[in-house]
Amino acid sequence: MRRYLAVPFVLILCAGVAGFALAEGQSASPTPPPEPPAIPTNATVDHSKLEVLQKKFATGPEVTQACLSCHNAADDQLMHAIHFTWDYQSDSGQNLGKSKVINAFCGNVAGNEARCTSCHAGYGWDDMSVTPAEAGVAPDCLVCHDRSGQYTKTATGAGHPPLDPVKPGTKTITGSLAWPVDLTKAAQSVGMPGRDNCGNCHFYGGGGDNVKHGDLSSVLYAPPKEVDVHMAPDGLNFTCSTCHVEDKHNWAGSRYDTVAKDMIGTGKPGAVRTAATCESCHDSDPHPLNIKGVKLNDHTDKVACQSCHIPEFARGGVATKTYWDWSTAGRLDAAGKPMHESNFIQSDGQALHTYLSTKGDFDWGEDVVPHYAWFNGHVEYATDEVIDPATMVEVNRINGEPGGIDSRIWPFKRMEGRQSYDTGSNKLAYSHVWGPTTDTAFWTNFDWSKAIEAGMKAAGQEYSGNFDFVDTQMYWPITHMVAPATDAVDCAACHAENGRLDGIAAVYMPGTNPRSPIGLLGMALVALTILGVGLHIILRIVGGRKGGTDHG
Amino acid sequence: MAKRIVKVYPRFERLWHWTQMVMIMVLLFTGFGLNGMHSLLPFGPAVMLHTIAALILLAVWIFATFWLFTTGTWRQFVPHLEGLFKMARFYAYGVFKGEEPPYRKIFWRKHNPLQALTYFGLKMVVFPAIWGSGLLYLTYNFWAAEEGSTFALYVIANVHLLAAYVIAAFVITHVYLLTVGHGFREHVRPMVTGYDCIELTPEQEAYLETNEPGRLMPDKG
Repeated sequence: MRRYLAVPFVLILCAGVAGFALAEGQSASPTPPPEPPAIPTNATVDHSKLEVLQKKFATGPEVTQACLSCHNAADDQLMHAIHFTWDYQSDSGQNLGKSKVINAFCGNVAGNEARCTSCHAGYGWDDMSVTPAEAGVAPDCLVCHDRSGQYTKTATGAGHPPLDPVKPGTKTITGSLAWPVDLTKAAQSVGMPGRDNCGNCHFYGGGGDNVKHGDLSSVLYAPPKEVDVHMAPDGLNFTCSTCHVEDKHNWAGSRYDTVAKDMIGTGKPGAVRTAATCESCHDSDPHPLNIKGVKLNDHTDKVACQSCHIPEFARGGVATKTYWDWSTAGRLDAAGKPMHESNFIQSDGQALHTYLSTKGDFDWGEDVVPHYAWFNGHVEYATDEVIDPATMVEVNRINGEPGGIDSRIWPFKRMEGRQSYDTGSNKLAYSHVWGPTTDTAFWTNFDWSKAIEAGMKAAGQEYSGNFDFVDTQMYWPITHMVAPATDAVDCAACHAENGRLDGIAAVYMPGTNPRSPIGLLGMALVALTILGVGLHIILRIVGGRKGGTDHG
Repeated sequence: MAKRIVKVYPRFERLWHWTQMVMIMVLLFTGFGLNGMHSLLPFGPAVMLHTIAALILLAVWIFATFWLFTTGTWRQFVPHLEGLFKMARFYAYGVFKGEEPPYRKIFWRKHNPLQALTYFGLKMVVFPAIWGSGLLYLTYNFWAAEEGSTFALYVIANVHLLAAYVIAAFVITHVYLLTVGHGFREHVRPMVTGYDCIELTPEQEAYLETNEPGRLMPDKG
């Protein structure tokens, strides 16, 4: 009898152990991030109750179809906006945008599509030679509007989300192991974009956390006040679009044509904000009318708010890439395998790559003091221009005349590096780096000749067949991570010899040059006076008299 | 002619002088710090201290100007050529020989000719230059145009700086010359007590005894 009882007991025990083991296995599988904090809304629609969303969606574009059944002009708006077109007609006359320009990071999109377009606001754009509209790409509503937090895109899927079953090893655009996205849950959760929606792409530009911008990192999902006084959850708790105001799916705040000096400020009472500038909320004389504030307001015509109020970028514990030398890429280890070195230790202890066979040498920086320059908001790219390989090439030129009425002194991240150019045409080269299945992609074949030839072909460019590497610099305006006022740059950081703005023309800065011509003249006057007094004293002593008589 | 102890510096004039002295010292100290000569004070607080001291000094100067004109004291500061050469000769030569200073204070003329000329220059050129440029500097936002304001500021700042150095040179000379002639303590005392020993004509003495007895110390006899 006892034995009969023992059998089910053992079976139950086995089942329990097995269940436990199964649970262990499940917790090791990739899990989506938790639902982001809700954004207060006064919307009159609860999307979770809409009939059209009560179904199982097989693909991203199916969700878009459902969205458009009500929001029937949204696709037209988005498809004319830069998040979709990746094309920008600059005020300088250049045709810019992600689909066109060569930058100082991964270089170019053409030839590397499915990797780069993983962050495109559409599904399946895999050929830069056609516009996404021509290619019939459906807009991706969820990437910006999902509020369930579990929507994402795969790192190499041309904008598609990871869906069940997810191929093991698949990664998301933020570099995590991918989980299967629940499209129904995402569709029913939609709302106005939160920091996570924007950040999942913009915080990871250049291939990793804060690699590109320097002032946009994962810290901004929930930054402490010291890192971002506007976005801190325990403070003002801004989303990105609190500043980056929108009109028909076009956002204020372009890096190609920045409003470097906002002449409108807060505008007339009740006026709608149309700019992402500091002045659009704080006005152009934002400091209080006291003895200190009045003097600080004297700066605002020449110095951008950001120059003082963002004392350093890459704050909060996530470093930014400051140097990228592509010319050393391709070195393999003794076994002929790709190798890496990790010699930069971030403040949180994490070791960051300083060499990768795929990418070359890097350097990183945390709490970086910006580079300052006059800026009128317009940027021109060296893409497709003839460069001088003997000199340092500015991948993008920041325009602005010292003292110009449309210009102010702005902070920048100055990215440095070396990248390839065509020695025949003396133009920066396009390169095909990503392409796991091609025999030309640099990251799989480590052969620059093939990679550049394929890249130039993908971009529709002539190629001489010869290449070399050139020193480059690229400028990124710093405008995020505004510190609390108490942490603003100290006066003496600039008002001192060899201060932060050393070498900046067209401003008079007391304290920077006590030995100016007039200063020297004044010093000579005082020195001569002292000399005269000294001589007078000596002569009086030699004369043996006190000088006059004391009538006391 | 009788020598009498007369109040030559009324209370307001002494207050004016010493406020001016303190403020000028504060302004020179903070100002040269802001110009980069030293960094004994943090820049921001130094700017505020400089501004506050300047505003106090300006207020004192407004009162002083009013006082100079309403009381007629302004005449004391009008320079004359008479005796100028003698005074210059004394400082450049006579003083080494132990000569007596060639100038005696008289009731309506407190300053020696060289002093009067110096103060006149200060009041007419150097002080207007420093407070004029200082006010323009302080009110940059009210006049700054889109173009040319940087150059204007450059000129204004350099005028301000040069005037400051001239004032520094004046302060050095002024303090040193207190030691020449009647001696340092003798020179400073009237500006503290208000009283100095000067020669009065019988008419002046009679006038003061009758109309302004408070300005005369009883004759020691």
